[in-house]
Amino acid sequence: MGTFFRRLPKVDYCAPENLQEVLSLISGKQKKEFLLYAGGTDLIPKIKKRLIEPPEMLIDLKGIPDLNYINYDPGKGLKIGALTTVRSVATSPIVKKHFPIFSQAAASIASTQIQNRATVVGNICNAVPSADSAPALLALQASLLCVSLKGERIIPLEKFFIGPGQTILKEDEMVREIQIPEMVSRSRGIYFKLSPRKRMDLALVGVAVIMGMKEGICEDLRIGLGAVAPTPLRAKKAEAILCKEKLTLGHIERTAEAAADESRPIDDHRASAYYRKAMVRILVKRGIQTISQMSQSFS
Amino acid sequence: MKEIEITVNEKNYHIKVNPWETLLEVLREKLYLTGTKEGCGLGECGACTVIMEGVAVNSCLIPAMEANGKRILTIEGLTGQEGLHPIQEAFITHGGLQCGFCTSGMILASKHLLDENPNPNEEEIREGLAGNFCRCTGYSKIIESVSAAAKQMKGGA
Repeated sequence: MGTFFRRLPKVDYCAPENLQEVLSLISGKQKKEFLLYAGGTDLIPKIKKRLIEPPEMLIDLKGIPDLNYINYDPGKGLKIGALTTVRSVATSPIVKKHFPIFSQAAASIASTQIQNRATVVGNICNAVPSADSAPALLALQASLLCVSLKGERIIPLEKFFIGPGQTILKEDEMVREIQIPEMVSRSRGIYFKLSPRKRMDLALVGVAVIMGMKEGICEDLRIGLGAVAPTPLRAKKAEAILCKEKLTLGHIERTAEAAADESRPIDDHRASAYYRKAMVRILVKRGIQTISQMSQSFS
Repeated sequence: MKEIEITVNEKNYHIKVNPWETLLEVLREKLYLTGTKEGCGLGECGACTVIMEGVAVNSCLIPAMEANGKRILTIEGLTGQEGLHPIQEAFITHGGLQCGFCTSGMILASKHLLDENPNPNEEEIREGLAGNFCRCTGYSKIIESVSAAAKQMKGGA
């Protein structure tokens, strides 16, 4: 880390009152450097640490109406607006009931104070490999509704991350909504966040497992991994091993092993690559076994 | 400089701020409400915790311009006509502070916790205060103070 100042560099600030205005500002027609923010819990520290060039103007998105919502359509799925805070997702009875893995993931982020400001869309767009909402949303097969002056497009979250802190979002685009399809019936999910402290740390390893079982056979398995590759990812080769197979210890262990192989962690001051791979193996196995027990006690 | 109107501890202020100033700076350096402290400046320690529009937030991460038209509660605003707030009393009675630097943030975070959950168990208190760090006390007496405050506030209600 370079020099850190507790004061922001000189930037300008505006709070447009509608989406069109924001999209116009970032469309490239203005000769200004803009950065969008909602909660600012990632952006402000980044600017203070001088990790990025300060923008000429900060665009505060919170003036845009109708972007703060959690809409559940039974049978169809969940829609989360761009301004929905992590806290509202973590405490929403609807999310807890129908997408508990998402609720768990949101609740694991930082502290109450941060959750009160941070947005889930912001967590995704900041795109750090360890983003806590990402493994769960990948396992839930979420998509992002993105808008620009040119129109809208839907990007599957799987395609969204292209590198540490990098997404395929264009400069004139903004994520407006997260769309999560209804969970397959009888499937259950769990998110493990491995970190030295109970709260406030980044995930060393983030493992999200969603599995549906019937009579001891895995019907459906999705594994999302965080902090163990340049981007959050799905462990699809691992999923293929267990899917449609009997849940034996042997199959589960091979699945966990494969997930560890698919991960490409780095050594850094938080943990070694070796340790992270080992933890992927342990947590994927634990996730599958936990869900298996949960499913049995409810069948 | 831009003009904003901000209500802090039930008092209205018309002040001029720069767009690059944070709410923490403005509270401390323009309004001279120095009870709110800066620990890390990055939203990791909670010393700068204030309650904005009923919600506990890290003021070091909030551009002051955002506070325009908003209601903010700082530690100075917790003492009412009848004297210290029960949470403040509890911290004194139960020794929930040593150097006191984290205390403003701890007390406001506790207030937000108790507003949402008037009867938290130890686990819930620890979770609720996870964003507030203390280097002196080892947290035990802070948790005792919050528990005691919760009992006191329920009894009084």
